Amino acid sequence: RGVRFFSGGVARIEKVLIANRGEIACRVMRTAKKMGVRSVAVYSDADKHSMHVAMADEAYHIGPPPSQQSYLCMEKVLEVAKKSGSQAVHPGYGFLSENTEFAEACKQEGIIFIGPPSSAIRDMGIKSTSKHIMSAAGVPIIGGYHGEDQSNQRLQAEAAQIGYPVMIKAVRGGGGKGMRIACSDADFLEQLESARREARKSFNDDVMLVEKFVEDPRHVEVQVFGDMHGNAVYLFERDCSVQRRHQKIIEEAPGPGIDAEVRRKLGEAAVRAAKAVSYVGAGTVEFIMDAQHNFYFMEMNTRLQVEHPVSEMITGTDLVEWQLRVAAGERLPLLQDDITLRGHSFEARIYAEDPENDFLPGAGPLLHLSTPPPDQHTRIETGVREAGDEVSAHYDPMIAKLVVWGEDRPAALKKLRYCLRQYNIVGLNTNIDFLLSLSGHPEFQAGNVSTSFIPQHYADLFPAAEAPAGETVCQAALSLVLQERQHTQEFAQSSTDLFSPFGSGSGWRNNIQFNRNVTLQLGDRKVDVLVVYNKDGSYTMQTGEEEYHVSGDLEADGGALFLRCSVDGVRSRPKLVVLDRTVHLFSTEGSAQVSVPVPKFLAAVSGAGAQGGAVAPMTGTIEKVLVKAGDRVAVGDPLMVMIAMKMEHTIRAPKSGVIKKVFFSEGSQANRHAPLVEHISEEAETDRQISASG
Amino acid sequence: QCGTQSLTSSRSYYADKVARIGSQPDKQSSEYQENYDRMQALVDELKVRTEKIKLANPGGGEKARRLHTSRGKLLPRERVDRLLDPGSPFLEFSQFAAHELYGKEEVPAGGILTGIGRVSGVECVVVANDATVKGGTYYPITVKKHLRAQEIAQQNHLPCIYLVDSGGANLPRQADVFPDRDHFGRIFYNQARMSSEGIAQIAVVMGSCTAGGAYVPAMADESIIVRKQGTIFLGGPPLVKAATGEEVSAEDLGGADLHCRKSGVTDHYALDDNHALHLARKAVRGLNYRKTIQVTTEPSEAPLYPPEELYGIVGDNLKRNFDVREVIARIVDGSKFDEFKAFYGDTLVTGFSRIFGYPVGIIGNNGVLFSESAKKGTHFIELCCQRNIPLIFLQNITGFMVGREYEAGGIAKDGAKMVTAVACANVPKITVIIGGSYGAGNYGMCGRAYGPRFLYMWPNSRISVMGGEQAATVLATITKDQRAREGKEFTAEQEAAMKEPIVRRFEEEGSPYYSSARLWDDGIIDPADTRMVLGLSLSAALNAPLKRTRFGVFRM
Repeated sequence: RGVRFFSGGVARIEKVLIANRGEIACRVMRTAKKMGVRSVAVYSDADKHSMHVAMADEAYHIGPPPSQQSYLCMEKVLEVAKKSGSQAVHPGYGFLSENTEFAEACKQEGIIFIGPPSSAIRDMGIKSTSKHIMSAAGVPIIGGYHGEDQSNQRLQAEAAQIGYPVMIKAVRGGGGKGMRIACSDADFLEQLESARREARKSFNDDVMLVEKFVEDPRHVEVQVFGDMHGNAVYLFERDCSVQRRHQKIIEEAPGPGIDAEVRRKLGEAAVRAAKAVSYVGAGTVEFIMDAQHNFYFMEMNTRLQVEHPVSEMITGTDLVEWQLRVAAGERLPLLQDDITLRGHSFEARIYAEDPENDFLPGAGPLLHLSTPPPDQHTRIETGVREAGDEVSAHYDPMIAKLVVWGEDRPAALKKLRYCLRQYNIVGLNTNIDFLLSLSGHPEFQAGNVSTSFIPQHYADLFPAAEAPAGETVCQAALSLVLQERQHTQEFAQSSTDLFSPFGSGSGWRNNIQFNRNVTLQLGDRKVDVLVVYNKDGSYTMQTGEEEYHVSGDLEADGGALFLRCSVDGVRSRPKLVVLDRTVHLFSTEGSAQVSVPVPKFLAAVSGAGAQGGAVAPMTGTIEKVLVKAGDRVAVGDPLMVMIAMKMEHTIRAPKSGVIKKVFFSEGSQANRHAPLVEHISEEAETDRQISASG
Repeated sequence: QCGTQSLTSSRSYYADKVARIGSQPDKQSSEYQENYDRMQALVDELKVRTEKIKLANPGGGEKARRLHTSRGKLLPRERVDRLLDPGSPFLEFSQFAAHELYGKEEVPAGGILTGIGRVSGVECVVVANDATVKGGTYYPITVKKHLRAQEIAQQNHLPCIYLVDSGGANLPRQADVFPDRDHFGRIFYNQARMSSEGIAQIAVVMGSCTAGGAYVPAMADESIIVRKQGTIFLGGPPLVKAATGEEVSAEDLGGADLHCRKSGVTDHYALDDNHALHLARKAVRGLNYRKTIQVTTEPSEAPLYPPEELYGIVGDNLKRNFDVREVIARIVDGSKFDEFKAFYGDTLVTGFSRIFGYPVGIIGNNGVLFSESAKKGTHFIELCCQRNIPLIFLQNITGFMVGREYEAGGIAKDGAKMVTAVACANVPKITVIIGGSYGAGNYGMCGRAYGPRFLYMWPNSRISVMGGEQAATVLATITKDQRAREGKEFTAEQEAAMKEPIVRRFEEEGSPYYSSARLWDDGIIDPADTRMVLGLSLSAALNAPLKRTRFGVFRM
């Protein structure tokens, strides 16, 4: 047990505990397996059936779902490390990865913490300290004046020193109040006065600070690696500018438009930064970069980053392998001159979230999941396997990372978009369609990225919902008809009478052509399709003024269902997922979702809540219950407050009426779409009783 | 008894050795083309007429339909469509019931829809009143059609679902509706008898069920009622007022709330038509019924020839001969036909085959019946009964051969053998009249009187005791002889004038529409649909357990 150093100071890591979950745990285990290192997983109650548990050689339960009581609980993790005889702990990212105490505790127990020394973590964890160290090491940092001398002359002089443009900001300011930008010496005083006036009015305080203003900055970071022998290298930069909610969603390496000279400067600055803190292991030095490719140190992340695969792809390295080797005391496998940049790589983070709704995070089971086939240049980094796995409300809602590599940026981007279209998820909202429109934007294609990309191109990225094409409507209607046909045939299969023509779904009628109306729900619109069953097995579909000739069949292929169809002679083969009353169509042209409205009598059965919307918007905890049975409520009255994905949601009454029953108490957990109250309008009362019995 | 397992695997070894019949017709020949065009015209007419009936009552129908749907009610065909397993076939009967039957009064489809379809995987007889036709009241033919549907249900052991929306007996015609054995009361008699035989009776009250009609749900095993639409009462509000002076609304007198909460006449409360049909489907699921067939089946296989070729082969000229094998080749699985006694009594074609995988014995006419043909037919029917093989009659028959030689040869005796065999055969019998159906030939080939489970007609077919021409000639000859005895003249003009109306009348009364209007058959079908209609009919027929046959005395 413990760390045994062999001659040359190299320890042997034969078993590693991964103190994490989800895709990164799986990612680490893959490399561990490759290297012949046994892996130990830890899991909370919520992760009992998770992929990382199944993948590990051993797995230990460490507590209830909340992270504080499981993945963040150092004692429990260390206990498992000891019990399992692990020589090392890989913290992944998040959780305990940048926790000095934990790194320290590991050391005390004689267990290798796969990460930098605790001192480096500490130094880099404090912003002011890190800036000092960087400044001293000659790493460019963003200039600013936070002094007490508030005279105009001093402030202006500091501004000139920093270099225009600068931002003048009220120290007590917020929400953009008391904030001005001065572009030159000439307008500095005017802007300063204006800022002070507003600050006085808003906060009754006009103390100002001056900082370098970077307009539409880019977020560029450099992957660095250090070993215990004083070596440090960089593995080039990544651009992670495009963000939402201050979180990255799409990353690439190398940074677009960055020339070799700047690249070298970036890399060398990052290495200087690493050396300044005697860095060991994988780290990332983050910079902000302006339009002229000037860059300034922001912070250093002392862990393996989510987006590390793009660096691996362009350098042909396995950074987890490097981590394990360096942690064991080995020298870096490659020195700077051996590291070459080849091609271009993208990573798209696939999240359970609703881009239409301010990227509100989601959680719940994946009812259908299919991914593009992984290959040498396509990596699917995920912690979920298949339909049935869950995106837990307790943790990060990232479902997967899609990583691709191409000879150059356009090739990689093309590949990314091709793969995104094959990434099909049903059951919860995802950002896949958003990633597609983002990666398809001309400015993104041109590499003109910045942290304000999404707000800047908001209108393009969120186009007004278009009415689905008639072809799509036909495909959906055809899917439903064929699905029914299958059900009809299943009835036949369960009897001893296998070939009866009654078992066919031909819609045969004597002397009459059979037709039927299919009503489809497309977003908030209802569309009627008249489906005529033709004698030859094809269909004529009428929707609005348009008429289409449609034929096709269902084809099962590798676990997925495809709709092989022809609409007015145009053949296509979208992937088809039919769940409940909703048809999901995925093709290389995009995805479509079409539902069949629930008939009135079934709607009443499933409870007033399900129809009216008094349901949990996502899986979460009930924080407050504001009504009790018998209460009379009006439309919009708050019923409950829920905490889900670290956000508060107020659930309001969808219609006026009486609360018949409250299904949840404070502190209990509600699943997505669970009705929260039984809520009844007088009119609906009898309906409900009746259909509940029917 | 044969097992029910499929013999696919063991049979396929022989499959390619089975004789395939049929030949490629010469589509360029003027005869084929003329036949094709004529039959096509008849089929077109059939479809146009059916579409018209579908819309119920051209003219007044539109208004009635709008009134009906404005109340949130579905039209009867929509009801049937939504009751059935989605997109599954519906074998509708007697679409031409009441066609030109009541003078100027049109009663499309007899004001009632009947047929067989699958509900929750179970083949059921569906009877749906059409309230857009004379308020769904029962004309004499409506009663006949309802009873025929029940007969089909009883013979084939099919659960019955009644979608009731009817004002009851048509009062002006009560004398032809109420009193006799096969009148209105028989409906409820049948319900009781079928229920006693374990044939489920399910009623869905989607409109009024007044007076006698009230017994349909009341006699049912399980009944469903639609609120604010279905009403059940023995006497409606006007009658109640007349009788007792009490004023009461229809809903209070016999609505869903009353019958589901107080009287217990109905069992399930539906919010609307869709809900009611959903409940009916659930009721069928609850029957715990599984069809078990007592014949072997094989995967079905389409015939080798397109069915539309039947048009060019058969045509509309009954005087033209065609080989019935060409018809069989376009109906049976893979055009495979094992002919029996091919060289004996060859005016009757007999043989074994399969339709949609079900085994069948086929008897088809290739000319007038001789003694040999009749004896061969008798032999074949005996075989089928022995082996539990359903019989299909493809009827195109002018009759048994006449003349001294044949009478002396005992044609009457041999014909009687075949008639006896047909009458006694207990295997399912299905008859399709594909050409002429005249005289005793109709009997020997399982006409309506011989209890076929189903009987269909092609649009080119004719049915009468003899051909119009022959009948006119017979009558003219008798008159001529009489005139001659009286020493009077009977000129050619007089003869022609006498024959003309007779020929015309036979022509009119021999029409399949005339027959179908009176329910002498179960419907007129497109020849190209024959295979499908037979397949569905066989499937339905095989729900009933097969009964052993005991033949009567064959006069030797």
